[in-house]
Amino acid sequence: MARLTINGTAQTVDLPDEVPLLWALRDGLNMTGTKFGCGVAACGACTVHIDGEAVRSCQVAIGDVWGEVTTIEGLGTPDAPAVLQQAWVDHQVAQCGYCQSGQIMQAAALLAEVPNPTDADIDEAMQGNLCRCGTYPRIRAAIHDAAQKLQEA
Amino acid sequence: MSRIGKIARRTFLIGTAAVAGGVAFGVYAARKPAPNPLTPKDGEVALNPFIVIDGDGVTVIVPKAEMGQGVQTTWAALAAEELDMDPGDLRIQHGPPGKAYYNRGMGTQMFPTAEYRLSGWQEALGNQMSVAGKFLNLQITGGSTSSADGFEKMRQAGASARETLKEAAAQQLGVNRSALKTEGGAVIAPDGTRLSYAELAVAAAEIKPIVPDLRPQSSWKHVGKSQPRHDQMPKATGTAQFSLDVRLEGMKFAALKRNPYQGGGMAGFDPSAALDMAGVEDVINLGDGVAVIANNSWSAMQGAEAVVFDWTPGTYPETSDMIFETLRAAFDGDVNSTLLETGDVDILPDGATEITADYQVPYLCHAQMEPLSATALFTGETMEVWSGNQIPIHCRDVAAKEAGLDPEAVTLHTTLMGGGFGRRGFLDFTQYAARLAVKMPGVPVQLLWSREEDMSHGFYRPGAVSRFRGAVKDGRAVMVDGQIAAQSATASLMSILLGMAPMGPDKITVEGAFDQPYALPNARVRGYLADMDLPVGPWRSVGASINGFFFDSFIDELAHAAGADPLAFRLDMMRDEDARSASVLEAVRDASGWTGKTPDGVGRGVAFCHSFGTPVAEVIEVHQTDAGIKIAKAWIAADVGIALDPKNIEAQLFGAMTFGLSAALHQQITFADGAAEQANFYDYDAIRMHTMPQVVDIRILENGHRISGIGEPGTPPAAAALANALFDLTGTRARRLPLAEQFDFAV
Ligand code: FES
Ligand code: FES
Repeated sequence: MARLTINGTAQTVDLPDEVPLLWALRDGLNMTGTKFGCGVAACGACTVHIDGEAVRSCQVAIGDVWGEVTTIEGLGTPDAPAVLQQAWVDHQVAQCGYCQSGQIMQAAALLAEVPNPTDADIDEAMQGNLCRCGTYPRIRAAIHDAAQKLQEA
Repeated sequence: MSRIGKIARRTFLIGTAAVAGGVAFGVYAARKPAPNPLTPKDGEVALNPFIVIDGDGVTVIVPKAEMGQGVQTTWAALAAEELDMDPGDLRIQHGPPGKAYYNRGMGTQMFPTAEYRLSGWQEALGNQMSVAGKFLNLQITGGSTSSADGFEKMRQAGASARETLKEAAAQQLGVNRSALKTEGGAVIAPDGTRLSYAELAVAAAEIKPIVPDLRPQSSWKHVGKSQPRHDQMPKATGTAQFSLDVRLEGMKFAALKRNPYQGGGMAGFDPSAALDMAGVEDVINLGDGVAVIANNSWSAMQGAEAVVFDWTPGTYPETSDMIFETLRAAFDGDVNSTLLETGDVDILPDGATEITADYQVPYLCHAQMEPLSATALFTGETMEVWSGNQIPIHCRDVAAKEAGLDPEAVTLHTTLMGGGFGRRGFLDFTQYAARLAVKMPGVPVQLLWSREEDMSHGFYRPGAVSRFRGAVKDGRAVMVDGQIAAQSATASLMSILLGMAPMGPDKITVEGAFDQPYALPNARVRGYLADMDLPVGPWRSVGASINGFFFDSFIDELAHAAGADPLAFRLDMMRDEDARSASVLEAVRDASGWTGKTPDGVGRGVAFCHSFGTPVAEVIEVHQTDAGIKIAKAWIAADVGIALDPKNIEAQLFGAMTFGLSAALHQQITFADGAAEQANFYDYDAIRMHTMPQVVDIRILENGHRISGIGEPGTPPAAAALANALFDLTGTRARRLPLAEQFDFAV
């Protein structure tokens, strides 16, 4: 039994303490926006924030979660998307879309730290996030676009 | 009872939304209509299986696997064009399995002829064969056929619905149908009265469907323009539901573990260590493997690793060396195909220089981003299955077989899929989930394959070997003689689709080599099939994924041997043979500013492949950096005949190229002791943000006389373009993949 704060809401998950956060979200709480791609920190599909930092949720046991969790569902919704999510839509980034929750969470953490990232910053921050559909050019464009919009706002 | 009443009694449970009391109508244009899966009875209401109207508006059924290629949005736009609706106002659903959803686009690919040479009668015959395809239940997404498949039939569906709705309005208003207009989902009377499609639908369903002519391309408002994809917002907000996202009341989570020696059996297993683990509830025997049941997927996967198995050996050679030895030995056996034979390749033309080269490519896993899974619920009398698949009828039927039920007792939901690349055209992930559900009556269960389980169980892209002999003279190629040996990539799939292995020449094994638009006075391409039980299957661009590398690399070698510029050399042989292909090559030349010269530390390669009816040329530029070789830039040109959605085509082109580059750079499945050696992305890596080239320009040409596919043709030239660029940079010719084994790349 673990108590977690997810997207600002206190939640109790009735699963063994060693179960990774990824599966507590997906299977314990039916929050399926966070994806499973590899289970070994090699793809980034499971990326969430803990206290604002991008982490691979497949690698953090629920017993060890050290702060507030934000998932893709907490970033924005179809009716009220975050600026970054809207940039993803505007640039028609997703193909299969399966990696994109993780890509967006990783990019959100980047923008929080580096409001106006260079291409090199993007390369550095995003290289842990695999996209088998190869959407990288549009991910890059969407990040630059969102950075600009966030700075104008 | 009124017809609408009968329909209303039946609730269409399609995908996640229920269309209750809706009217599905229009016309089904084939001579002998397949039963409309959306109606209670064949012919009772003259129906179209593609358009459903209810009180809330219009839903278009797109019975195609959405794997990321944007097919749902493109098909909806085709229907919207004739319906006079904004594509964004249409709801889209995948729909149930149905014979009416046979793939009309597969026909022309069945000819053992180069596609660029298909004549009018062959195309017509191809379309006939496609109609025959419906009797074979070929509801399949694959072969880059979706655009061709839907191009006419979705417009016909929309046009028929529109005119029939107008007729209903005409009768109601007492005016002539020709006096009416349509706009924004409504019929407009001469006096401006608006009757919405929804309010006309019931009356329209009583009218014999009208089959109008299709509107000319010049009048299109939506088709041909980039459409915002309807799945973008769900995918950007984590609300899109993939196969693994199915959640049902009381659902259990299960992980599959099968024999790593593929084809081998299970002599026994000891589940005790797994059953001791927290969260694990049961270990269930599935015959040649087990499912570990738990209250979460992770505990299930941990449990699956804790089961102790007694596996029996696999049924193919145990090591990669032995497997490739078997492939090479196929050259000593019978020739399976000689689909290209012109002139005389046995005599070296006078004064020509002879060149020979052997190539090899590895087995590959699809590694689609979402690991395989399916979910099933068996009640004793019925089964409900959720599966992200490319062949819904076959999936439904295999689930029925597992449960001993009639196919009608099985409801199959085809979910969104996190990539497919060919892997989801097989039945195994659906079949095992159904088998498991039968052993857990009344309990919904989701059966997940861990990434390791997915990667260690093919249907792999077959490894292949080739031998090429050629000759150049006066700056031109005067001879090419190629031999290619591989396992058939499609025999296993065809056995599933048609219930029999195909006979005769295996076109797929040599596609991308025998069918390239070059004027070669002396040319021959022969295919050889190696018979092994190692499971193989289609992988994005199938045979062309292999031969795009073999054949174009050899053309590049000939160009260098001839002392010619590689691009001009290709163009020279192409101009008279196929103007459309030549234009593509010229487009990439112009886009990239190709001069044939590169400064020190920079290399450029060009490659071309005509596959799935679409000629594609790519230029790759590599840079020598202190950290190693970087794939710096890429240019792509393609001719799709008619571009239905340019922005989506762009995405498919750079995506498919990236897929090819990933494989060329890093990927191989090797075998030791009978098992695959790679397990996960740490030893089966792909292009990532920092290794992705800048895609400088993509040129889309529309010179074709018919529409051609785009999901796959971007892949075949990628490996060759990269290898050719590496040759330009380093002087070393790569004749085998993956390249990261031979070159020092920046990582
Ligand atoms: S699932 Fe966590 S990094 Fe791949
Ligand atoms: S969009 Fe398919 S894996 Fe990224």
